[in-house]
Order: sequence, then structure tokens, then C-alpha cells
Amino acid sequence: MTIRVVHYINQFFGQKGGEEAANLPIELADGPVGPGAALQAALTGKAEIVKTIICGDSYFNENEGLACMGIREILQDIKPDLIIAGPAFNAGRYGMACGKVGEVAHGLGIPVISGMYNENPGYELYRNFSYIVETTNSAAGMRQAIPAMAKLVTAWIEKEGKLGTPAEEGYMPRGLRVNFFAEERGAKRAVNMLIAKLEGTPFQTEYEMPVFDRVAPQPAILDLSTATIALVTSGGVVPKCNPNRIESSSASKYGEYSIGGLECLCEATHETAHGGYDPVACNKDPNRVLPVDVLRDLEREGRIGKLHDKFYTTVGNGTSVANSKAFGAEIAMHLKNAGVSAAILTST
Amino acid sequence: MPVVHIATVVPISLTVGANRIVPAVAIPHPLGNPKMDPAEEKALRRSLVEKALTALTTEIEDQTVF
Amino acid sequence: MKLEIGNIHVKELAFGENTALSSGRVQINREELAGWIRELDHRIAEVKLDIALPGESTRIMPVKDVIEARCKAEGKGFMFPGRNPGDEAMVGEGRTHVLKGMAIVTTGKVVGFQEGIIDMSGPGAEYTPFSKTQNLVITCEVDDTCNQYDHEAILRRVGIETANRIGQLAMTATADETRTYETKPLIQQAAEYPNLPKVGYVYMLQSQGLMHDTYLYGVDVKTILPTLLYPTEVMDGAIMSGNCVSACDKNPSIVHQNSPVIHELYENHGIKYNFMGVIITNENVTLADKERSSNYVAKLAVQMGLDAVIISEEGFGNPDADLVMNCRKLEEAGIKTVLLTDEYAGQNGESQSLADSTPKGDAVITNGNANQVIHLPAMQRLIGHDTYADMIAGGWDGSLQADGSITAEIQVITGATNELGYHNLCAMAG
Repeated sequence: MTIRVVHYINQFFGQKGGEEAANLPIELADGPVGPGAALQAALTGKAEIVKTIICGDSYFNENEGLACMGIREILQDIKPDLIIAGPAFNAGRYGMACGKVGEVAHGLGIPVISGMYNENPGYELYRNFSYIVETTNSAAGMRQAIPAMAKLVTAWIEKEGKLGTPAEEGYMPRGLRVNFFAEERGAKRAVNMLIAKLEGTPFQTEYEMPVFDRVAPQPAILDLSTATIALVTSGGVVPKCNPNRIESSSASKYGEYSIGGLECLCEATHETAHGGYDPVACNKDPNRVLPVDVLRDLEREGRIGKLHDKFYTTVGNGTSVANSKAFGAEIAMHLKNAGVSAAILTST
Repeated sequence: MPVVHIATVVPISLTVGANRIVPAVAIPHPLGNPKMDPAEEKALRRSLVEKALTALTTEIEDQTVF
Repeated sequence: MKLEIGNIHVKELAFGENTALSSGRVQINREELAGWIRELDHRIAEVKLDIALPGESTRIMPVKDVIEARCKAEGKGFMFPGRNPGDEAMVGEGRTHVLKGMAIVTTGKVVGFQEGIIDMSGPGAEYTPFSKTQNLVITCEVDDTCNQYDHEAILRRVGIETANRIGQLAMTATADETRTYETKPLIQQAAEYPNLPKVGYVYMLQSQGLMHDTYLYGVDVKTILPTLLYPTEVMDGAIMSGNCVSACDKNPSIVHQNSPVIHELYENHGIKYNFMGVIITNENVTLADKERSSNYVAKLAVQMGLDAVIISEEGFGNPDADLVMNCRKLEEAGIKTVLLTDEYAGQNGESQSLADSTPKGDAVITNGNANQVIHLPAMQRLIGHDTYADMIAGGWDGSLQADGSITAEIQVITGATNELGYHNLCAMAG
């Protein structure tokens, strides 16, 4: 059985012309075009390039939304098993387009195999979505790139999509953690690693310890008595019954709730949605996680100008750094737009 | 806009990169302690919030635990 | 301590007229056992017993605990000691009989954010080790006089007492296989293999409150200082589980009974190293406790003369800080470490996986990314309640679909990313 492939290439490799044709909108051709011919030859009997999408690099990058919509429609219509994009070598706009095609296809559950130079911005930005073979920085490396991509496609077919590590298969790391069932259970692997460490023989850690990014400290508040202070928490404090259904673990969202007119939080009005700690203390008195009562006192006493009348909340339990970062950026923007001077972030 | 992180596990707060950090009481109740008398507990909460306000009004150059 | 483990292979588990074991067939009188369980606590309102077998189209949820039926055939003490007055004797010596291949599973309405799914077939079955055991499932409901702590304690007691009662069937049975495990007192153990490096096991236990607790000889481990154990003690139930939230990486009692790192360390004991013993420690909710416990672990490891240890975590998030502290302080004391953890890398695996970090942690075993999304098709039979799918850790609003199927993170599956390395899930950079 052969799988059905759609190939994405730019105007140049699509034989439409060079820079002068870079504004070419999406065109759909039957069968392989340009480098697709060599790919098809290398994949005979295993895969068939049924269609080729050709798009000008400038068109794609200047009309990204439109281009993505067009490509999504084509893919939904053709329903290929796999997409091959490029190779784009070190061509920046072409790499960005191939990467973006990867993102669109990922959204549809269609895998993508591409080829790029390791410094192509399309790799850096979109590496999560595609298996990208490393190529040289110019099209002079086409003769090496095509067999390398065909080899990865073949492996993908033979292993029914369950590819091994980047080093084993010859693609550049996607920056993803991928689950698989190992031959030996974890405890046995741990003992083997312990023995290697004791004997001084080489071993490969299964997880490299993470490195977190840093933000420059912000200037201090000069005058508290005129400052608006906002409360933010990862402790999952929400109005009773969790109206927005924030997940008890691995949160996909945060909540924005009014505390306007509230003197404090209490058992009747608020609770925690967090599944990662004993909720009894917080449910009895939610001020233990989100100190509204004390901030109201300080507001009344004039120590702070104002307690911001909305608080922001999510569940930190098992929530990925990527989600947390996105929530943080959005919450910061809301606070900034509302003229908030500083935030108190509480964690459980 | 300065942010102060009130957190129990200060090492995590330092690892993930918070700049102004105020150590809290315990994970399930960072700003309280159910074992305390309610008035005492609120005084404890107030002292932590006041420390957080001090952190927000203090210029810092690097990660600082208050 | 020297312990013989005699395994009796359970070939069949079924309901029948009398409760008995014969020729590998465990038969249970359903009404009689249900009645006995109901008598365990006056607040138990309802007890239902079911049998779930591997390969069946059956879903069990929300799972509270999974326990193996065992008994002390010779030697002092009781399984899961220290819970009842008179049960305080030390365990881990003599002979223990195990009904291998079956398990007691407890379920019932949720205590809190309580979860755990065991599918006996389909894609979910691959992720839970307990789809391969013949399960006697107890659905236990309590009356509304119980608060959450009472509710948890009752369910815990029901599971353990039932496992012990069934375990009694094995008392006089002939074992299909026997294995002996022995660890000597420290000085003698050190003298036995003077030329081999000394290794130990740092066994971290959840101790964070409701649905996040673990018990050692009946003592809530949040109240202990780290302490020493002979490895065989856990085989007799010295450690009992009280937690199941984010069920993928919480240890049901059966995992402690068959504690995988201990069993694997015994495999090369006396060959590659000298396995000296186990250090039990907790994962408490205050920073002072975390610092104190990790200091104490490092002190005990030095006191034992250890050259290297395996450290296993239970849970994620703030316990990552305990893991990192244990690793750092042991390495600083000159003791080599290998860490066992799991990952929360996001549904697509695109994030950092741990909440804390140390460059000393250069030897890490991962038991998989718990955020991976899985679709669990509807099963013909449901034991327990599936209405909680939307609120359990790893589920979301809409996880439970109208046809009874569930889409959720593998976090919801009991034992999926077990951090004692109980089964084979792993993750790689891809």
C-alpha cells in the first residue's frame, strides 16, 4: 500500500520564476513538480505525491492568514497521509512558509516532513510541528537533501508514524517530549544507570534538567498610597462552583473575576479548583490563598491607593510552562491596560 | 510593573525566575494557618502582605527574597 | 531481615458459593463479603462487589487504591501493620504468601479531586499496569455524616481490610514459586561485600494532606523524620497509600508491596553493589520541612556509608523541589544519585517538564509525560462513576462525551507514569 503525499514548494522550485514571481498566490498542481520528481523516484512503491502546492514566498509571508486558510482548505479536501515541505535550505521566507504549513497540518493531525538549514528561522519558530531534516545552507545541497528526506519518509511509513529519536532517524530536534514504551521498566533502567554511574561507564540521562528564562526586575513603586494593587494567584481560587470550569490540573485557561464591593472572600462565595493540594483550609477561608480581607483593610487605611477590582486566577497544578507563560503575558496586558501599578502573585 | 511572588517553596520561585519573593506559610495555605486563632491568623496574613508591599517599594537589581 | 515470598498464581477469580482458594482459583461469596465490608464502619451506606478481568470492555473509575492480597504465613506481624491496636509488631521477616495476578480495587463517589481510571481493554489498558490483574472491585459509598477526611479513611480501610481478608486464603496454600530476600543489619551487611560499592534507596512519599498522604506502620509520614527501613518491610505492607490524585504518578498500595526499585536493586545485590537499605522520606508542605527532611536524608545516607543512591519521587510540582534538594544535598555529600521522576511537558510535550532544577541531576529516569492526551472509547460496563471525568486532574470541561468515551490526559490513568518505575512508559526528546 502506498501512502498519499502532498508536497509544498515555493515559486522558484515550482518553476514559476525567481524573485519576480514571489507574489504568486497558491496554485495546486497534479503529481510531483520540481524537486518532487526526485522525491517521487526515491519513494516509488511507498508513497505517491498526489498534489503539489506551489506558493510565492512573498505572497505567503505577506498574506499569512489567507495563505494558511487556503492551505487548510486544500488539505481538508485532499486528506493526505503526509505532507512534505521544501527543502527550504537557508531561504528565510521559504523556511517560514514550510514551518507554517507544518503548524497548519499539525492542527489537522497531518504529519509533516521538511528539510532546512539549522539556522533557518522556520526551524527555530516552527520546529514543534514538523520533522525537519538538516540540509546545507543552499540549494547546492539538493542532492543530499532529497535522499535524506526520502529516508525519513520511508522510516515514517515503515514505523507507522512512530519515529525514534532525532539522532536515530536523522531529523533535527523538535523541542518536544514524546512518550514511548521502553523495553525495560523504569526501575530496571534506574538500576542500570546507577551501575553505569558507579562503574564510570557512559550513560545517557533520559531527561536533561530544565533551564528557565529570566525577566529583568521592574522598578519599585514610589508611592503606595496612590498605587493600584492587583491580586493574581496560581492557587485556583474561583467563585463557588468554578463557573469557567478551570481544570483541577493542567489548566488550559485562567479566570478574571470581580471582587468589587467584596470585603473578603468567604466559604459561601469562593473555593479552590486546584487538585494538587489539600483544599480544606482554602475552602474554609479563601483569604488564606488570596488575601482580599487584608488588602481591603490596607485600602481603607490609605496604605494602598486601591485594590484592583478584578483578580486573575488559574490552577498551577500540572500546568505546562508554555500555558503558564501565555496566561502570564495576557494577564499582564490586562493589568497594564487597567492602569494597575503592581501585582501580588500568590502560589500554592 | 513590579510583581511580588508570595510562595512557600522559595527554591522553585528562584528557579523559575521570580524577582521579588516573599516566603509563605505552607503550600495549602500560603497566607494563613488554620491551626491559629482567627485574629492571630489575620495578623499573620497582614504581616505577609505588608512584607509584599515592602518588596514592591524596594528597588532591586537581582532576585531577592524578602 | 530475611523474608521468603511465596507466590500463588491466581488463574481464576470468580464469585461462588463459598469464599475459598483451590488449584489457583479464588472464589468469593459476594453477599457474605459485601456484608462483612459493610460492618467495617457504621458510616458505610452501600457496598457493591464486581470482578473485572483483563480484556473485558470494563472501565473502573474513580479508583481510590489498588491492593494485593497477602498474608503472613510464618513470622510475626500483620500485613499493613500499625493501623489497629495490637498490630504494632515489625514486619519483613519470615514467610509471606501472595495471591499473584489479582488485586483489590476500591472505588466510589469522589472524596475530593479524586481520580484514577482503569480500563481493562482498549488504548487506556496499555497505560495502566492494573489492566493485567484480575480485579475484585469494591464500590463503597458512605453516608453524609462523613467529612472528606473520614470518607478517605473509610475507603482506605475498606480496601486494606478486604485485601487482608482475601489474603488469608493463601495461608496454607502451596506456593508456585518462592524467592528469598535478605538484608542484614548495617554493620554485617557492610562486611558481607566489603569490596562492593554501597548503595541505598531514597524512597520519597507524598505527605501533603487530604488525598495526598501516605502511612508508614500506620503513621502519617508528614509527621516523621526520614528513617531507615529494611527493604523487605515494604513487602509486608509497611507503607500504605492514602493518595490517588493525579493518579498517573501516585503509588497505590500494591506498588509499595511490590516496590519496583527495591526488587530491581536486589537483582544485582552482591554482584555489582551492596544494597544496604532504604531511607524513607516525605514531601511536606512547608519549606522548613523540605529543608529538614532533605538534610536528614543526606545525613542518614552518609551515616550508612553509602556511595550511591536511587531517589524516587511521588507526584510533581512542589515535590520536584524535594527531589532536587535530595539530589543536590546527596551529591554535595559525595554520594552519586540517579533520579526517577515523570514529566508535565504540556499536551504536545513542548514545555520544560519539572518545576525545579539542579545541574547535579545528571542521571534521570523519566516515566513519561503525564500531559499526553488520550481518547478512551466507551466501555460496555462501568464500575463506579464516570460523571467526574470533567473535574478530575487531567480532565477538562467536556472530557466525558455523550457516548461515554473520555478524552483526557494520561494523568487520569492509574499508574500511567508511576515514578517508582513500575512499568515501561518513558519519554524522549523527539
